[in-house]
Amino acid sequence: MMIALILILILPFALAVGLSYKSGLLFREGGGLGMLFSSDWRPQEGHFGFMPFIVSSLWITVIAISLAGPVCVLSAINLTYYAHQYVSKVMQIVIDILAGIPSVVYGVWGILVLVPLVSHVLGPLFGHPGTGYSLLTGGLVLAVMIIPFILNILLELFRTVPPDLIDASLSVGATKWQTIKRVVLKKTMPGILSAISLGISRAFGETIAVLMVVGNVIKIPKSIFDPAYPLPALIANNYGEMLSIPRYDSALMFAALILFFIILIFNILARRIIRGSEKYI
Amino acid sequence: MRTVMFLCTILIVTILFIILYSIFKKGLPALSWEMISQVPKGGYYLGKEGGILNAIIGSLYLALGSTVLALVVSLPVALYLNTQLVRYGRLTEFVRFLMDLMWGVPSIVYGAFAFTIMIALGIRASLLAGIITVALFIIPIMLRSMDEILKTTPRGLLEASISLGSTYSEVSYRVYLKQCLPGIVTAVLLSFGRAIGDAAAILFTTGYTDHIPTSLSQPSATLPLSIFFQLSSPIPEVQNRAYASAVVLMVIILIISIVSRILANRFIKHQIKH
Repeated sequence: MMIALILILILPFALAVGLSYKSGLLFREGGGLGMLFSSDWRPQEGHFGFMPFIVSSLWITVIAISLAGPVCVLSAINLTYYAHQYVSKVMQIVIDILAGIPSVVYGVWGILVLVPLVSHVLGPLFGHPGTGYSLLTGGLVLAVMIIPFILNILLELFRTVPPDLIDASLSVGATKWQTIKRVVLKKTMPGILSAISLGISRAFGETIAVLMVVGNVIKIPKSIFDPAYPLPALIANNYGEMLSIPRYDSALMFAALILFFIILIFNILARRIIRGSEKYI
Repeated sequence: MRTVMFLCTILIVTILFIILYSIFKKGLPALSWEMISQVPKGGYYLGKEGGILNAIIGSLYLALGSTVLALVVSLPVALYLNTQLVRYGRLTEFVRFLMDLMWGVPSIVYGAFAFTIMIALGIRASLLAGIITVALFIIPIMLRSMDEILKTTPRGLLEASISLGSTYSEVSYRVYLKQCLPGIVTAVLLSFGRAIGDAAAILFTTGYTDHIPTSLSQPSATLPLSIFFQLSSPIPEVQNRAYASAVVLMVIILIISIVSRILANRFIKHQIKH
């Protein structure tokens, strides 16, 4: 038991140390933090600018969260306070299945349904005809992928609201909607925020599904109908073939390290929000 | 506002049906007995004949191996945390934080990390490397869901068993394990589903071949990569293999989901009610 525990405890540190060690090479041979803000990506000549990848990742996450967040909050409220119990049970199965679908299948779905949709319907509608392999498509696929994840946390969260609070609010004459808005949402706000920040950390690392629909063009995207190239896709697309250039290898490890730290930050943030709120309520 | 909320719920259900419909509509016509009983002939990327048996078997090997490996590590830790270590609040908090963190780390990072280690040790892409990588990736998932279940066990059960003279390992494996069996089975099945569906972690570590692996040191085909690689092929017959793989993968996932529901209900009768 002890050995297994120690083994597991070492793992995260090994991961962090290993990744930093490998990406150290990139920094020792010049570059510095300026690489984060440069958009000059020419691995053969030793220029590694991570800006296009970071911007793509950020945009895609923002699109996914702003689509999935409201849908999740609204349907969680619906399922907890309005819907019939039977409906909630069926929805639990729906959520479980959605959560279980492998990301590569989401990717196939993206190619079959969303790419034509964006290319033929949404793109021309906003005056941006294109191939359909774009930021928006990636964001849509990602939004669908994180819906079950956020919704599950939210459903659990709303279940923890003490019924006394709701009864008290209703008994002083507030309507059901007022109660939800002023009491339930107010009480669960930290929880909702932390669910969303966990969703962000999830969205940031998603690889295969996004990679399949996002177009993979190294350029800072100007509109949501432009193709993009997020960080995980960078690692996945190039890892097999860069072994001959040590600094390229190191650059990809640095990309993995960035991902690792972003996840770390959002996880700590989610915990802090929850912790902080426990003191006041 | 009620209408909007209702529409949001409907939207989620609709999306699920669209996904299932589009995958099955493309994949079912491509699925035949030849497809699931033969390995690809003439190369998986160019050959028009043959099926996806190599990927099905490879995926099952990989997922089974890594689930067993992850179970061997996570079950003792989950029990240890909830019996002996339950007194040390700070330590368990810290372990849980690390697990949450590892749970959030994307599988591509595990894949890249494992690949670097493989290069350093001079190991080629193989089934064993894939099993270890996927095990690393599902250990946090398994441990976290086991821990959630074990946490709900009443403390009195531990105190009663200890005061009757049983050792901690007896409490762990005889009492806690039995009490939480439905939850643990669900946790294992959930992890199995994640293991069989993940593509990013095995992209570099497991490789891809046309053959069914006969030993752990050989590379192996897997269903997610079978979809990923063959979908990008210009040849329609090869693309069909990708769609067929997607259907097979979806069916496996649906079966796991149903079985875990049935099992969870069946094991519940061994529980001590409180």
